[in-house]
Amino acid sequence: MTKANQSGEIFHAIHFRADMCIGCSHCMNICPVEAIRVREGKARLIPNRCVDCGECYRVCPVGAIAVEQNDFEEIFRFPIRIALIPSVFFGQFPETISREEIVHSIMDLGFTHVHEVEEGAGFLNRLYIEYRKNNPNNRPLISPFCPAIVRLIEVKFPTLLDNIILLKNPMEITAMKARKDLTEKGYKDTEIGIFYVSPCAAKIVAIKSPVGEKDSSVSGVINLNYLYNKTFRLIRNLKKAHGPLPGPNFSSQEICWSLTHGETDLAESGRNLAIDDIKNVIEFLEKLENEEIKGIDFLELRACDESCAGGILCPANRFLTAEKMKKRVQNTLSEGKEEKKIEYTPEMEKFLRDHISLEKLTPRPILKLDDNVAEAVVKMKRMYELNGFLPQVDCGICGSPSCKALAEDIVQHTAELKQCIFIQKIMEQNEKLDIQESVNIMRKIWSESKLDKNSLRDEI
Amino acid sequence: MHFRYKIEGGDFTNAGSTASAVKKVLKQLNIDPVIIKRTVVGIYEAEVNIVAHAYNGVIDVDIDENRIFARFEDAGPGIPDITKAMEEGYSTASEIVREMGFGAGMGLSNIKNNSDKLEIISQVGKGTTVEITNYFNSK
Repeated sequence: MTKANQSGEIFHAIHFRADMCIGCSHCMNICPVEAIRVREGKARLIPNRCVDCGECYRVCPVGAIAVEQNDFEEIFRFPIRIALIPSVFFGQFPETISREEIVHSIMDLGFTHVHEVEEGAGFLNRLYIEYRKNNPNNRPLISPFCPAIVRLIEVKFPTLLDNIILLKNPMEITAMKARKDLTEKGYKDTEIGIFYVSPCAAKIVAIKSPVGEKDSSVSGVINLNYLYNKTFRLIRNLKKAHGPLPGPNFSSQEICWSLTHGETDLAESGRNLAIDDIKNVIEFLEKLENEEIKGIDFLELRACDESCAGGILCPANRFLTAEKMKKRVQNTLSEGKEEKKIEYTPEMEKFLRDHISLEKLTPRPILKLDDNVAEAVVKMKRMYELNGFLPQVDCGICGSPSCKALAEDIVQHTAELKQCIFIQKIMEQNEKLDIQESVNIMRKIWSESKLDKNSLRDEI
Repeated sequence: MHFRYKIEGGDFTNAGSTASAVKKVLKQLNIDPVIIKRTVVGIYEAEVNIVAHAYNGVIDVDIDENRIFARFEDAGPGIPDITKAMEEGYSTASEIVREMGFGAGMGLSNIKNNSDKLEIISQVGKGTTVEITNYFNSK
């Protein structure tokens, strides 16, 4: 279940900075779940609707959307400091920089160990295959990998929640294994800090407020772009020779797990489909829910175009990142080297299996107008009536993303009909609204600064 | 609350639009997801039946706090033997329709399995009326 904080609000890694927001409404218009409104000239998030996909972050022209992370210095609270690096991180750098150089630079920054997240993917894939065998009547199975998609299904497609595979992701497996290895060597659990380097907001939320699991074994999060800048600067300034790779020299096809087709390429045969970009996913799930689409065995669904290579915190071009990662796998295979997989002792295998399941997921419907059906019917009638008055232009001038959204906001008492600029014109014509009042309405939505252009007065 | 949707026979590109529209309404009314799923699957099948077999049709959907009622009225060839048509696998769909992935003969039986009340009235040469009722407080 998604955790809410004490005030009942859902945790999000994305924060709108009111001091920087210029109220342009780009984010409101792009949000795939209509979770943003503009009021008093600022974008406002409706926390219960947001699925942390980060589409708003991409379009913000002034960088007013911040993604929460831990203060880097926090890593030094732990004697053992593990950096959990997703493979896409290595795909950010020019090919002239080796993986050894990157790993050694990360350690120079203060980490004592570096693990690649995808080390745990091979183990997980074996469990996927078992899960599919053990649940022959549950089709299609949906990958739990992308946390934004899990949240999307929770809020928008609750009838498909039971299709999600109830297993944790490679990040948790790698973290659990690393922690266990070290505690067996005599370290205390509290001495070990594991910091995940996140390519997106959704993964941060998955750690800080996990869905379907009690606690994450990860201690904190560093944003990928932040670590990229720090590492890149170090590599460029200190061009010293580095030794071989510390830790496991992991090299196999699972490196591409977080790319589009990363999971389907490793799945057992059947109808396995990989879909990326949240809009494509929504379109597909609509049809799947109606059973218009049948006979699919497994769905890999990712919120970002090009999956994690397109994560909002990845600085490099997503297509080039994906290309580099695929090349890395190809190089290993073509040089006739054997794939270097991660070994698991029987004890470790048992430990991970005991801790790998997710709890049953619960719906968090955002579309409902009211908990009570009778009340919802009343609101819906009113909503359709109101929508009939609206122009269906979806201009967003009212501060809501569409005419339908405004109608809904009105029945939920968070907006008024006269926020619609077309309704204002009709009211003015009928002398039901004077010009000063209509200006005041616009001020309330878009702030005074957008309406009071004194310098323009002489010009227009 | 009443909604009306018009369906053109042979318009496979839009088959499913009524089911999607009704689904959204039911989600907004906070109906149990299991009941939404049943209802939407039934409506989709009945919608496709009109597209695949009839010349045109009208879908009337009435929703109150207790139930959803959907009437699918089409002008089409009608069903000569309803009992037989209800059997799983029985189909009169043309080869072309089957090639498009429809007409597997599961339509009416699927509607029956997904509805609390089902009535079918048909007149050969004139058309068919299918009425589905699903209750929100599961039966």
